[in-house]
Order: sequence, then C-alpha cells, then structure tokens
Amino acid sequence: MGEKIMVKGTEAIGEAAIRAGCRVYFGYPITPQSELTEYMARRMPQVGGVFLQAESEVATVNMMYGASSVGARVMTSTSSPGFSLMQEGISYMACARLPGVFVDVVRGGPGLGDIQPSQGDYFQIVKGGGHGDYRLPVFSPSSLQEAVELTIHAFDVADKYRTPVVIFADGMMGQMMEPVEFPDPIDPSTLPSKDDWALTGAKGRKARYVTSFDIDPYKLEKMNLVLQETYKEIEKNEQKWEEFMTDDIEVLFVAHGTVGRIVKSAVKLARQKGIKAGLFRPISLYPFPYKRLSELAEKVDIVMTVEMSSGQMLEDVRLAVEGKAETPFYGRLAGVVPTPGEILEALMKELRR
Amino acid sequence: MGQELQESIVLAKMPKSLSGKEFTYCPGCHHGIVHRIIAELIDEFQLREKTVLVAPVGCSVFAYEFFDVDGTVAAHGRALAVATGMKRARPDMFIITYQGDGDLAAIGTAETIHAANRGERVTTIFINNAVYGMTGGQMAPTTLLGMKTTTSPYGRTPEREGYPIHIMEIMKALPGVAYAERVKVSKPQDIPKAKMAIKKAFYAQLLDVGFGIVEVLSTCPTNWGMDPVEAQRWLEENMTKEFPLGVYVDKVTEVMKEKGVK
Repeated sequence: MGEKIMVKGTEAIGEAAIRAGCRVYFGYPITPQSELTEYMARRMPQVGGVFLQAESEVATVNMMYGASSVGARVMTSTSSPGFSLMQEGISYMACARLPGVFVDVVRGGPGLGDIQPSQGDYFQIVKGGGHGDYRLPVFSPSSLQEAVELTIHAFDVADKYRTPVVIFADGMMGQMMEPVEFPDPIDPSTLPSKDDWALTGAKGRKARYVTSFDIDPYKLEKMNLVLQETYKEIEKNEQKWEEFMTDDIEVLFVAHGTVGRIVKSAVKLARQKGIKAGLFRPISLYPFPYKRLSELAEKVDIVMTVEMSSGQMLEDVRLAVEGKAETPFYGRLAGVVPTPGEILEALMKELRR
Repeated sequence: MGQELQESIVLAKMPKSLSGKEFTYCPGCHHGIVHRIIAELIDEFQLREKTVLVAPVGCSVFAYEFFDVDGTVAAHGRALAVATGMKRARPDMFIITYQGDGDLAAIGTAETIHAANRGERVTTIFINNAVYGMTGGQMAPTTLLGMKTTTSPYGRTPEREGYPIHIMEIMKALPGVAYAERVKVSKPQDIPKAKMAIKKAFYAQLLDVGFGIVEVLSTCPTNWGMDPVEAQRWLEENMTKEFPLGVYVDKVTEVMKEKGVK
C-alpha cells in the first residue's frame, strides 16, 4: 500500500483496474464517465496495454468478448444508455463464460434522461438486461477507497467464476474527489493461467471453441446448468455488506452506493433525535445479502429502503424481510440526490403513522 | 515403384485444418468450397496452431465445428468487433472472420466499416449470396433489384427496398484496407483465383499491411428455388453483372515484393 492521494472517482477506478493487471480496455465516450475512458487512453500505453475507442457500445462489448476469449483481463466503462446497448453482448459473454469487468456510472433515465447520479438501472444491472437465464455479480461502492478495492475484487471474481461482473457506480461516485490509497500493482504475468479454456491456438491440444451456442436443447441445458451451479457458488461465497450502527436498532435503513453514504448522515441525525436508527448497506447487489438482512429485520418494526429510483432494490429488501417488518420506501428520481434531512423527515412520517 | 505411384496419386486430401465433420450445407452451396480453400491456406501457411476462426450467425454458424482450429461464434453482425478484441489482445495470433451478407453488410455494417477503416490486422471472408439463407430466404442487403425473396415477394425495387449494397466498392474508400477482392467459385477455373485472393488477404494480416477482405459471390440454390446447376448459371449471368469481379484494393503485392515473398 502506498500513500493517500486525491483522485477523481473515474480515475480511481481506472487506476485500480491497471493495478489489478487489466491491460485491455475498450470504451465509447458517454457522460458522466468519459474521464475514465480518457484516463485509460493515457494510462494503457504507459503500461504496455491496449486502449481502443470503439465505434459504439455494441462494438465495445463484442471487442471485450473477443479479448476475453483469448485470455485477456478486459474492462469497459459506460453510463446507462451505453450499458443498454451492451446487453446483447453481455448475455453472450455470460453464456460463453467469458470474464470481463463493466463499470456502469448510472445516470438519470429513462431514455436519454440526464447526466445526474441515479440508481434507476438497478433492475437492468442486477436482474439482467439481456436475454436468457444468467446473473451477473454486481458491486456497489459508496466511497472511492471502496471503489478501488471492489474494482480489483471484480477482476478476481470475474476470472474465478468466468463471468462478467459489474461495478454499479453513479455520477456522484464518478465525479467526486477523495483521498485514496492504492494497493501495489499486480504483474499481469503472475495472474492465474486461462490456458485450460481460452482460445490460445490449438497447439499440442485439440481445437476448442468458446461459444454461447448449442443447437441441441439438451446440450444447451447442460451449459445452462453449469451457469446455475456457478451462481450457487457465487451466492454462497460472494455476499458483501456493511452494517452501520445496527447494534441497538429500532429502525433500519437499507441503501446502497452513494445513497448508503448519505443515509449514514440521516442515521446520525435520527440518533440526535433519540431514534435508534441503523443502516444495512448491501455492497454485493447480486448476490444480495438476503440472509443477514432477514436476521436484522427480526429486531425492528420498520425497514426503510432509500434509493435514487422509484423502488427497485426495494423488491429485494421485501424478499429478505418477508413481512417481518413494515417496508416503507423513500426515493428521488431522474438524477435528484436525496438529502439526509429529507430522508429523516420521511422516516419521521413513517414513525408518526 | 508402388510407393511412388501411391504418393503420386494423392492429388487432393482433406486439409489438416478441417475437422472432418461432414458439412451441413445444401447441395450446390459454395460454403464448402470456400471452407476448403481457407483450410488449405491455413495448412500451407502452417497457421493451424495460432488461428482463431470467428463464425457468424447465419448458415455458417457451425463453421467453427468444420475447422480444426480454435473458434467462436460472434453475435449477429459483430464478428469484426470480436476479431478486433482478439487481435488487439493477442497480436501474435491469426484471426479470420467468416461472414455472410446479412451479417457483414446489414446488421454489422458499422463494425465492418470501422474495423476495415482502422486497418485491423484480421482477415475477412465475405460470402455474398444475395439472400438470408439460414432464416429461410429473406431479402439481404445485397439482394438484386427485381429479385423475389420472402420479404420482397414482389421483387426488390429501389423505391421500396433501396439498392443492393456494394461492399468492395466501399472498401476502396477506406484507407485501412490492405486487400479487397471480389471473386466467385462457380466454375473450376475460378477456384485457384479465389484461393490466390484469399492468400493475399492472409498476407495483409501476416505482413502487417492492414485489413484483408475477400468477397465470394455464392449461390443459395435452396432459397433461390433453383437446382445447383441452374444456380451456378444464375450467379454467372446476374450476380457478376451487379457485383463486378476484380481486385479493388491491393497494397499487399508491393509489400510481398519488397519482402521477397512469393
């Protein structure tokens, strides 16, 4: 670990990817994440890596498919409309079991929307925006230090389970500056070999293929079952969350990413008023930490979800709570960021009911 | 003597780079001929151990199974983006895309033009049979004017469906292209010419000159509603008029001379 340096969110994630041994980046400019694409354009040549600006997000994801299939650690970053365009390719990568890291700096939608922070793409990112029975591990950081750690972790998870992985950021995460301590860089040549599956040329072995395709439904079902087994392992091993002031809770907030950070302030405000509030912040959105949230829900009457959306993660919260507590919701839409004050007010309203 | 005789009668054999799996193509279709040419060249260049073949969505979706080289299937139209990703990550490998007209010239036009324009060091074999084969004979971007397909049942008109698209002519306008030639394989004498064209497109990649593409005018007897012989004739009489054969870009021959490659 080195010293702490002030960095912008997009650049922190880019540098983390380099330190994770990523040497191939494809991307297409889109606000509010273009600085990450620009950072990689500057940085990749310095470390002997590949940077290529693709002609579209559709091309980007397919370039990732290609680079990943020959064994490269590969990454892209985009924002909501761009991520929509990538869905077809992500579905192909998921089925072909190709690792890759996607950073989605989510902005207000739907449609062209705006360029302000949002969490309105939770369903798309966490539940799958492409076709078919696949899941993607998704990590949602709430500080730049965490964004750095999760980006590096995302590459390891992607390679370990041979799956695309998403970093769910938002415009706030991308644009803010914070002091960050970077870990020492990994030498890409020391990464675990992918020679047992990658398309490295049929030298000393039979030719092989990596596809998301089998015309025989029984064989394709087998491929699907391998995916489902993988997801079971991911659900078992990869849950991450943070608990904030939950030891003596009477009410529990659930929020992720940037909102998780804002809700910490709301929790402190509530405690000043004598309300024993706490926060459960899921860090892995898939796999969602249902079990731990379910345990915490036993202790309270109210589990209040706060999102920059109309209530998408709320559905996972309700699956975890299973009616053991009231599950009210407070959200702002379209790129409006809630303040700690208005979150507290929303809670007070629920308590007065 | 007997030994010599035996050796001398082996004029043709299965190329090592074909897997031996029986082709699933219809009688009179040209995919098989083109597959064989590609496999022979992979053998001749001794590239089998470093080749990745990117198959498309279309009739040749199984192409990767017919070759004994590493392979994948790209999403419809995206073969050249996939190939770009492979070649950029592993410049030491030899990357071929095999694509039909719907794949390369309709849904994948953007990927085609930009990969070509960047001069990606990959080789593309473009099969143009003026129709969507696998989905059952719908109109392709290269369907001829007046030609009836299941989605142009009254014949293609410029007013309604627009004109057939000419990929080689577009390639000529892109500086990244090192080799572009349009060939056919409908007569025996065409085949060595087609092989030479594809060889040049291999050299475009191998000698680091730029993007190499060969368009092969091909038949689709099944969807054209013709028998194989009739389809060859129809290709000769109609396709070659709309899509003139010939070399459209050649920056390779000069580099071959410079480097003393024959």
